[in-house]
Amino acid sequence: MTARPVSDEVLLPPAVDERDRARLHKTWEPDTGLIGWLKSVNHKSVGKRYICTALVFFLFGGLEAAAIRIQLSHAENNLIGPDLYNQIFTMHGTTMMFLFAVPIMTAIGIYLIPLMIGARNVAFPRLNALGYWMFLFGGIFLYTFFLMNTGPDAGWFNYVPLSGPQYGMGKRVDVWAQMVTYTEIAALVAALEVTVTIIRMRAPGMTWSRLPLFVWAQLVTAMMVMFAMSSVATASLMLGADRLVATQFFNPAEGGDALLWQHLFWFFGHPEVYIIFIPALGMVSQIVATFARRPVFGYPAMVAALVATGTIGFGLWVHHMFSTSVHQLGQAYFTAASTMISIPTGVQIFCWIATLWLGRPVWRTPLLFVVGFVVVFLIGGLSGVMLASVPFDVQATDTYFVVAHLHYVLMGGAVLPLIGAFYYWYPKVTGRMMSETLGRWNFWILFVGINVTFFPMHILGLKGMTRRVYTYPEFMDWGLLNLIATIGAVIIVAGMAVFVVNFFMSLRTGAPAGANPWGADTLEWATTSPPPPYNFVDTPVVTSRDGLWAYGDEIPVVTGLRTDRPEVLITTTMMTEPLYKHELPAPTFAPLAMAIVLSGMLTAGIFTPWGIPVGSALILIPFYFWAWPDKGEHARNLREERQRDSQAEPA
Amino acid sequence: MIAVSVVVYVVVVGMLLLVIRNRRVAVDDLQSPAREEKAGRIIRLALAVVVPVLFVFLLYDFAVARGVGEMPDSSMLTIEVTGHQWWWEAAYDDPVPHNIFRTANEIHIPVGRPVRIKLASHDVIHSFWVPNLSGKKDLIPGHKDELVIQADRPGIYRGQCAEFCGLEHAKMSFWVVAEPVQDFSRWVERQRQPAPEPTDSITAAGRAVFETGSCATCHTIASTRAAATVGPNLTHIASRLTIAAGALPNNRGNLAGWIVDPQTIKPGAKMPPNSLAPRELQALLAYLETLK
Repeated sequence: MTARPVSDEVLLPPAVDERDRARLHKTWEPDTGLIGWLKSVNHKSVGKRYICTALVFFLFGGLEAAAIRIQLSHAENNLIGPDLYNQIFTMHGTTMMFLFAVPIMTAIGIYLIPLMIGARNVAFPRLNALGYWMFLFGGIFLYTFFLMNTGPDAGWFNYVPLSGPQYGMGKRVDVWAQMVTYTEIAALVAALEVTVTIIRMRAPGMTWSRLPLFVWAQLVTAMMVMFAMSSVATASLMLGADRLVATQFFNPAEGGDALLWQHLFWFFGHPEVYIIFIPALGMVSQIVATFARRPVFGYPAMVAALVATGTIGFGLWVHHMFSTSVHQLGQAYFTAASTMISIPTGVQIFCWIATLWLGRPVWRTPLLFVVGFVVVFLIGGLSGVMLASVPFDVQATDTYFVVAHLHYVLMGGAVLPLIGAFYYWYPKVTGRMMSETLGRWNFWILFVGINVTFFPMHILGLKGMTRRVYTYPEFMDWGLLNLIATIGAVIIVAGMAVFVVNFFMSLRTGAPAGANPWGADTLEWATTSPPPPYNFVDTPVVTSRDGLWAYGDEIPVVTGLRTDRPEVLITTTMMTEPLYKHELPAPTFAPLAMAIVLSGMLTAGIFTPWGIPVGSALILIPFYFWAWPDKGEHARNLREERQRDSQAEPA
Repeated sequence: MIAVSVVVYVVVVGMLLLVIRNRRVAVDDLQSPAREEKAGRIIRLALAVVVPVLFVFLLYDFAVARGVGEMPDSSMLTIEVTGHQWWWEAAYDDPVPHNIFRTANEIHIPVGRPVRIKLASHDVIHSFWVPNLSGKKDLIPGHKDELVIQADRPGIYRGQCAEFCGLEHAKMSFWVVAEPVQDFSRWVERQRQPAPEPTDSITAAGRAVFETGSCATCHTIASTRAAATVGPNLTHIASRLTIAAGALPNNRGNLAGWIVDPQTIKPGAKMPPNSLAPRELQALLAYLETLK
């Protein structure tokens, strides 16, 4: 079949009463202004602010990277001393992993998933809002301490005993451990609601074999977050306890084990890479399908590859520890797993190429970023396969070779698809197109910058330059390659500046987008841009994997959801048959209040153990407002129940 | 390995660029079964090539790991290396306790013989790495580990701590000096000797400064009253190539600068600044220079 652009008004047939739409609007967004903003539990408001906050942290992390590159631009540089340098590179890693990469992938999921599966909101809207506030407060918490010269300084990996009570100075590591608590609350609640939303709130007809690949990717990621975050939560709790209340989990002198930290941390830390990478794969699949003008080739293989990546991703963590005393036989297992994980990614790359070959590619900025993703990411992927080999790894690990590898993977595998995704979904979110011309400048400058910055690092690593050094001696001859890398960093900054300009300029001057500017197939393009607070007037029905491309001029819908109450449709897990209508909670201050109390508790918790019990008691106050049923609502429900009962009685 | 990676890279990216370049403008049927079938065949073929290649690499990798992973045995020359923030201590084992000697930041080994390195950490995790002699091995508190190194050619090899260990991780390096067996034996003989006695009044005064000043609270010079083990053993400091864990070449000027103001050279190092009168400093330097 051929792709057919779906007209703007498909889901808004003339039959729909204007008053219905007004009423829906009022039901789903009763408050406006600042109050409305603070109370909002709508997935689109939360998603948008989540994305913007993560971008701000991306900027901070980028500035830290720039400081690192300036310090290393020549040998024996004295600009930044070791104390500040250690804080800066720790902040860079921590910010990029915990405050940018994972949250922004989650955030885009929060915004898009309900739209893509034809739902009105996520399953637990208040939890969703709480997650955002915890993320925001966690970031503010970390940066406040950093500005007070109490930024964490033991690396984003915080190996004990360097981060333990004996060697970690002051409150620096406590700040890191507690920041993890903030972000893990945010990540876990997001994972929970994404999972439940996808399992129970898909539009009728959107069975598992018709689920868009981006949603599959988000589902796999959410599952991974639940396991991986639990591990780092355990580890950071133990570290905090070692530091604050003198437990001895990691102290070898008292029967603890320093290596235990590494196992717990990397059991989280390696899947973390895939938690960032898999949503990016989902974005790539959507972009490829749209611009190839046909569905992605090999859908079952694509889904299997995502699930396989998510599963095998948990069997690799020891490859971060090949230079420790782990036995050779044990290492062999992790070598095999680390090699094997390249297969599912390979399958996906093959399928995308096949899709482009079979289709009729339209050459727009998002597709440019996808091609850039393959070209850059593949270098990181191949150096990753090399690093899976123990004899190679023990030479290359902890050198700039690994720095090059991980930046190729993350810049290529996450940042490029992410920016492509911005160009792709920006029209949906804002109603305006981003500039194509600036988009191409953005791409080419960034592409050059990434390679100029990170390619020389491979060579530096092979020449023996170790990571996390604030300076290096003149006679090692590493100066020139470092200078090239620093120049590359300047180019990256220029590329990102073009993105920022395009981002803000297009808000005002971008061409109006219409509902489906790219002629894409997924449901988010079946509603207006930007979508109304309720997403769809009527819930769309899905009839095939091709989504919108399968329809003629009209989209079949399910009706019957009330317009005066925030109702959503719950469907069965496998066949997505409508099961019942579920009323979601109204906007409320409770998540914000809860986040404020929790933040107070966590902040106090790094200074005194009493912070935790006292804070736990205080949480009951916002929890009361959160959980206590609304009086009017309760009476109404009782009334309706009685009505139903009386109707059910035999006449 | 790199060659195969380059081939894989060129093939995949080449395919991608080819596909984009050859985008066909007028195809009506974007999902024709015949073409789908062909694409499927190509992908299966690609996998049929890639998976065995990976498997062969895996086997090759195990073989290499087995080859380089030599097991230490007790007949080898054994050196106990201990990592400290931020310097290296090396103790040369000997069945006769009297013959055990300690040095710092410089390890001499005989050429062509396997040498067993026993690793331990005094504080945080460090990693022992001499790129030209072997891969890394971490020094983890509470874990004992060993490593065999062997230099096939005489030379001076740079080593460096490879695991982030705090403020001066960047300046925690050392040298491995591989020398012919006779030279090595002579070096060992010399290292086993106690420090030479001062021969004139200036060096005698220098030793007095060392023994009565703050130096002796951290350092050892065998056969003197200085016997503390917090910092590096300085019994034969004048025989070493560098000072401050490879941070500076070992000469009189650098030594003076390091003694007076170590915090400028290595901010955060555990050595405190020492304010000595010029006469005391000169005497101390003269004495240290005799410790060959």
